[in-house]
Amino acid sequence: MRFAVIVFPGSNCDVDMYHAVKDELGAEVEYVWHDRESLDEYDGILLPGGFSYGDYLRSGAIARFSNVMKEVVKAAEAGKPVLGVCNGFQILLEAGLLPGAMRRNESLKFICRQVELTVENNHTMFSSAYEKNEVITIPIAHGEGNYYCDEETLAKLKENNQIVFTYNGSNPNGSLEDIAGIINEKGNVLGMMPHPERAVDELLGGADGLKLFQSIVKQWREAHVVNA
Amino acid sequence: MSLMLEPNPEQLKAQKVYKEMGLSDEEFAMIEKILGRLPNYTEIGLFSVMWSEHCSYKNSKPVLKKFPTTGEKVLQGPGEGAGIVDIGDGQAVVFKIESHNHPSAIEPYQGAATGVGGIIRDVFSMGARPVAMLNSLRFGELDNARTKYLFKEVVAGIAGYGNCIGIPTVGGEIQFESAYEGNPLVNAMCVGLIDHKDIQKGQAHGVGNTVMYVGAKTGRDGIHGATFASEELTDQSEEKRPAVQVGDPFMEKLLLEACLELVKSDALVGIQDMGAAGLTSSSAEMASKAGSGIEMNLDLVPQRETGMTAYEMMLSESQERMLIVVKKGREQEIVDLFSKYELEAVAIGRVTDDKMLRLIHNGEIVANVPADALAEEAPVYYKPSREPEYYREFQAMENEIPAVADYKETLIKLLQQPTISSKEWVYDQYDYMVRTNTVVAPGSDAAVIRIRGTRKGLAMTTDCNSRYMYLDPETGGKIAVAEAARNIVCSGGEPLAITDNLNFGSPEKPEIFWQIEKSADGISEACRILNTPVIGGNVSLYNETNGAAIYPTPVIGMVGLVADIEHATTQSFKSAGDLIYLLGETKDEFGGSELQKLTYGKIFGKAPELDLEKEAKFQNQVLQAIREGLIASAHDVAEGGLAVAASESLMGSDGLGANINIAGNTVSALFSESQSRFLLSVKKEHQQAFESLVDARLIGEVTDLPVLQISSEEGLVLAEQVEVLKEAWKGAIQCLLN
Repeated sequence: MRFAVIVFPGSNCDVDMYHAVKDELGAEVEYVWHDRESLDEYDGILLPGGFSYGDYLRSGAIARFSNVMKEVVKAAEAGKPVLGVCNGFQILLEAGLLPGAMRRNESLKFICRQVELTVENNHTMFSSAYEKNEVITIPIAHGEGNYYCDEETLAKLKENNQIVFTYNGSNPNGSLEDIAGIINEKGNVLGMMPHPERAVDELLGGADGLKLFQSIVKQWREAHVVNA
Repeated sequence: MSLMLEPNPEQLKAQKVYKEMGLSDEEFAMIEKILGRLPNYTEIGLFSVMWSEHCSYKNSKPVLKKFPTTGEKVLQGPGEGAGIVDIGDGQAVVFKIESHNHPSAIEPYQGAATGVGGIIRDVFSMGARPVAMLNSLRFGELDNARTKYLFKEVVAGIAGYGNCIGIPTVGGEIQFESAYEGNPLVNAMCVGLIDHKDIQKGQAHGVGNTVMYVGAKTGRDGIHGATFASEELTDQSEEKRPAVQVGDPFMEKLLLEACLELVKSDALVGIQDMGAAGLTSSSAEMASKAGSGIEMNLDLVPQRETGMTAYEMMLSESQERMLIVVKKGREQEIVDLFSKYELEAVAIGRVTDDKMLRLIHNGEIVANVPADALAEEAPVYYKPSREPEYYREFQAMENEIPAVADYKETLIKLLQQPTISSKEWVYDQYDYMVRTNTVVAPGSDAAVIRIRGTRKGLAMTTDCNSRYMYLDPETGGKIAVAEAARNIVCSGGEPLAITDNLNFGSPEKPEIFWQIEKSADGISEACRILNTPVIGGNVSLYNETNGAAIYPTPVIGMVGLVADIEHATTQSFKSAGDLIYLLGETKDEFGGSELQKLTYGKIFGKAPELDLEKEAKFQNQVLQAIREGLIASAHDVAEGGLAVAASESLMGSDGLGANINIAGNTVSALFSESQSRFLLSVKKEHQQAFESLVDARLIGEVTDLPVLQISSEEGLVLAEQVEVLKEAWKGAIQCLLN
């Protein structure tokens, strides 16, 4: 399985994502510059965190117009796994691949710390290696992670089990219903504020994020064995 | 338009316009002599910024000569963008600290943000990948709205820039003292990694080679920033707000990536940041260092505003710009490289052989001055120095032990002092994890990052106890270096070298100059004995508000090599049953201590003594024990003494407590700030091996009951739930800000 890490001007967690996949997961991965015309050669698309285009205007608002985003939409439509972390999540929202919007953290401050998450739905291609209701520790590092959507959307998210991760205990940013990560209806586009790619090595304080990447690979292998 | 407002050379001299730019009559006469004619307005502008203290070190040079700057591992000492130290395997570490005090005093967010941006450029202009940031901050007491505002905005500015550009801010230190109320200190340090083969220099070699301007456009921001940084702050300083630059970390991220791609190209000859004094310093210094000249056509400089004069362009301190020299004929490659990052790269001049900095604007030569005169020939002043009255009084005092009625209550109060309390409120706002190499995060003695692809790591810290420095600058200088080294050692690193940021009041005052000299003596001696040469730094003088100087604050930034990342050690106790040791001697020393300040509301007396030979011996013992895997936790005993150090070792440990036995005078045993002390914990199975290696005294044991219990020969001295200590320590800053 081959992953693409999309690099926008101002992405800065691209390196973290790349090394998580290459060194800890042990899968194939390449950096893909934002002007790329095709993503056909990749099986999984990773949108890393950072400050794409300086987060000017609004987080993710400019990045979504870059060339490669048309290809990301195509990949999502084709059912390939698409993971957006932090700024990547914000871009997915701006691009309409996920519903809702991001507001500034309730404290109006950037927050970087380890937080606990509850795995709400382990029946997704991103979370199948976790137990349901498993509590995991993954760091956050963002200034705008206060997820919001209207009541109708929230009802749909709940009905379809689209809320994959919630903050356990204290909610660091004020997000609606403690939402930390959501998936699209089809189940192949996940956006989350916490950084699983920063939690793949015990040396750096924990490896609870690794199962997320392992889930993606497992699902892909199973699908391809069936197809073969 | 504005060109017409510029005085002509005769008016300039007659009206002494140069005085407003910070030049003296004698300096103006020197310039006239160098040129053999009267300088014009643009030329006098060039001299005024290049001969400011900030750029020329004209008042501090005689002091800087005291520092040891060489060593077998030093690849680059002071003089370039940043110093470089060999760490083996063809790799090197690049680091430097720099101040942005005056801009932060009047525009704290942008002042701090651009301080971060500037020091990052210094590091990547050497060809290095910046891998970590640290800072050292000083504010007034958190008891007034202005100080709270400055503190919040400075932290937000550091976070805003560092988080966006994606370099982790992994450590730092903060002190709050009324001496800094009108003049906060914002010092930022950047650490980078480089392969020896990629090391760049800011030199304009090769006659005929092309001078190119890369990065952001030039605007009217920050004009005369270097001059502004070289005078005291007054109530009128608010008017200098336009001299503060505005930062764009996104632009710098692009510039960083483009420059790191550029250094791999053999078309590149030299590269230098346009920092203080912007185009002027970068061009004059690159020419001077190479023994060449530079001619630039200012019409070609990318400009953000219309109608800019030569004077404005040359003195602008617009951010995120670099000056590079490339081989003639290779310009298009550079343009293409930068355009990938949507950045401009424009040929604006060429290298000449006449050693002149020549500027052309609107088809005319608007300046023609010797590059060496700007970069190297600023006058050097030997300022008078006088031992201050207060120092003699303090030295004559006996060490006095403050009276403590309730040990527990005192410990809790000490833990709530903002200088001691948890800095989580601050570092929570910094992305200290980005690039996923941070092994020891903020909150321990020194931060540690791993070097990906190797077994190695880097430990780094900033330190300066400015109270000791005020009481006795020479001893304080020694302590600052020793404490930095102690922090590095406690984290498992071997101290390599330092960068220093000399923050002082006005050198025109003999008592201040004495502080500068004495602290440099202390720093130099400690650096010699601890084998940590000074590889670069920054001087920030004139830190005064309406005539009152800050405490002398020469901040030490130190980097150490962690030979194997497995040696990375934190201050937190690890498991119940581990033995607790104290290494080093406790004396009745309270001059400048937290307890003294708490008890009397002021500091006085002698700074704690420091025996550098003993310090070096203890550091070697601890490092060796860590390398042999004998130490579970290591912590420098610093502000607040043993009781505070023991509490801090419990803050990050879940469900643990400690039983500690003390001897001698109880107040001293608990709260004295005697130097060269380490609080260590050791697994029982290593007891023998540890004791044969380290001269430490067994003082207690880590327990699984979350209580800190301290007893003397006479019985229980204090016992408190760790949860209670934690609450006092953790919430203190937030509480003061509410």
